[in-house]
Amino acid sequence: MSTLARPITPLEATDIRHRRIADAIIEKIIYASALVSITIIFLIFLFVGKEALPVFTSAQVHQEVTLQKMILPQNYGSPEAPVHYMWQPVSQVPKYSLMPLLLGTLKVTLMAMLFATPLSVLAAIYCTEFAPRWIREIVKPSIELLAGIPSVVLGFFALIVLASWIQEIFDFDYRLNAVNAGVALGLAVIPVMFTIMEDALTAVPRKQRDAARALGATPWQIAWQVVLPSALPGVLAGFILGFGRAMGETMIVLMASGNAAITSWSFTESVRTISATIAAELAEVVFGSPHYHVLFFLGTLLFAITFILNWLGTRIVNRLRRQLSGAVV
Amino acid sequence: MKLRVMDKTFVFLTGLAVLIILALLFVILGNIVANGWTRISWEFLSGNPREGMTAGGIFPAIFGTALLVLLMTIFVVPLGVLVAIYFSEYADRTSTLYRWSRSAVDNLAGVPSIVFGLFGLGFFVQWVGRGVDTVFFGGRLAFGQPALIWAALTMAVLTLPVVIVSVEEALRAVPQPFREASYALGATKSQTIFRVVLPDAISGVLTGGILAVSRGAGEVAPILFVGAAYFLPHLPSKLNDQFMELGYHIFVLTTQSPDVEATKPLLYATVLVLLGLTFLLNVVAIVVRARLRVLSGAAR
Repeated sequence: MSTLARPITPLEATDIRHRRIADAIIEKIIYASALVSITIIFLIFLFVGKEALPVFTSAQVHQEVTLQKMILPQNYGSPEAPVHYMWQPVSQVPKYSLMPLLLGTLKVTLMAMLFATPLSVLAAIYCTEFAPRWIREIVKPSIELLAGIPSVVLGFFALIVLASWIQEIFDFDYRLNAVNAGVALGLAVIPVMFTIMEDALTAVPRKQRDAARALGATPWQIAWQVVLPSALPGVLAGFILGFGRAMGETMIVLMASGNAAITSWSFTESVRTISATIAAELAEVVFGSPHYHVLFFLGTLLFAITFILNWLGTRIVNRLRRQLSGAVV
Repeated sequence: MKLRVMDKTFVFLTGLAVLIILALLFVILGNIVANGWTRISWEFLSGNPREGMTAGGIFPAIFGTALLVLLMTIFVVPLGVLVAIYFSEYADRTSTLYRWSRSAVDNLAGVPSIVFGLFGLGFFVQWVGRGVDTVFFGGRLAFGQPALIWAALTMAVLTLPVVIVSVEEALRAVPQPFREASYALGATKSQTIFRVVLPDAISGVLTGGILAVSRGAGEVAPILFVGAAYFLPHLPSKLNDQFMELGYHIFVLTTQSPDVEATKPLLYATVLVLLGLTFLLNVVAIVVRARLRVLSGAAR
């Protein structure tokens, strides 16, 4: 007992002081690292946006392209046969209409969602409501496996194999088109959507299912009319995050879409997306040229859109998570 | 009676969706394995590309990928661990710093990979690189160009959320009594974290690192403009060298080969190597994480 009660020696006092100082320094470093993670997002906005800024401000860029020229219809054809929108930055008269690229991105993304959403929703319902345990034990790692396939490999597969199959089945005129790229893109999006949707469905309280069953509902009615509506915010979040992922994905569309900037609503023609345009053209562009700045402008646009989608999606997911941890189930 | 038919149809439909997904996965993997494995040999893995990439091996690409992910790990793991420690041990859930940094990490995970490429070019190459050249090399071009180090840093930014999520999960799994026992012995907060909590969560750090490597090895879009090269006669030996990379190699061979049919067998084999590498890493990560769950379950 007396050893505990003895006064601390000067040596120990120094030791305690040193430890306190070390503790304070480490705490500062850890807070600083949290600050770094915020800084990174700002730096991305700043440095991608900075290179895009001359599109609005530089007179040199304006000689070749202005915002109006990118958005409003121009006439690049002859007076008799006008061509309103065209993306052709490397030519005698550089043409920078964004319309074909926006439309292309939209078409491929829609196709991917059309393919991936029903599969993800239905598969998630099967796994949470009907599947025996052993099937779930197979499906979950398989989905992780699918998520682990690098996008360049999916792009390769779509270009070399899938494109020929799809063309043979549907008899398309062009081998590389929005359908082919969309299906491949859908494969990359399924794991994202499935995982979030499955979480949302699992989170629906057992009691709701029991109550429905007690009222005489069949499994189908329980799944479709009780569980799914309950989990709708989560399913929506999965869709939004999947949409953002599909829009921003680069290598798959770059390899599988054919990359022709055509302004049309047809899904069977070749398309060029925003992301693929950046990937294909930036490496060969002259540093500081109007074309260079327009590509950064496209990047900023893509970043802004996906950022909003992500922000929305994660907000819903986080709110659900809070409800789950707060609610007594 | 009608309902029972509906029920069966619905269960069948949902089951069919699962079956389609599994079948697609199986077809993709089967196709690549079936076409790729015959060309895998020691000579292929250790040799240089020859005759316009229609013969020889892919060693420079494997070497470049390994170097890239190694450098990336050195940058991303320490930072990721520190941020995870902040989230799990220090953060006041209601503070502005917590909400902003949490939201930053969430959003970082959703930034399109091509935007990281633009960022790498605009920030690391053009700004940091040029700056280094001006300050240390008297304006001579050394680091202000696409290079291994910029690619590794870009990839580190991209994989940061992966590491944070994994480490944070492991830190939270460390039982609270461990911390209390450490405090009771007179340890400070930082001593508790670095000598008790973090060592207990080491498998989470490992998993995070492995998943980051797996992700980094598979991404191509971010490094298109910041250092990946189509073909190099020499292996990279300096931080400001360019490098060959497996994913980029696949992209170039698939889209820019003058004779796709001639390169196809080698291409399949290269895809199989990349796929094998990423899957192996993922499986290791899953096993490590499963062990972590068992261990932390046993501790409680």
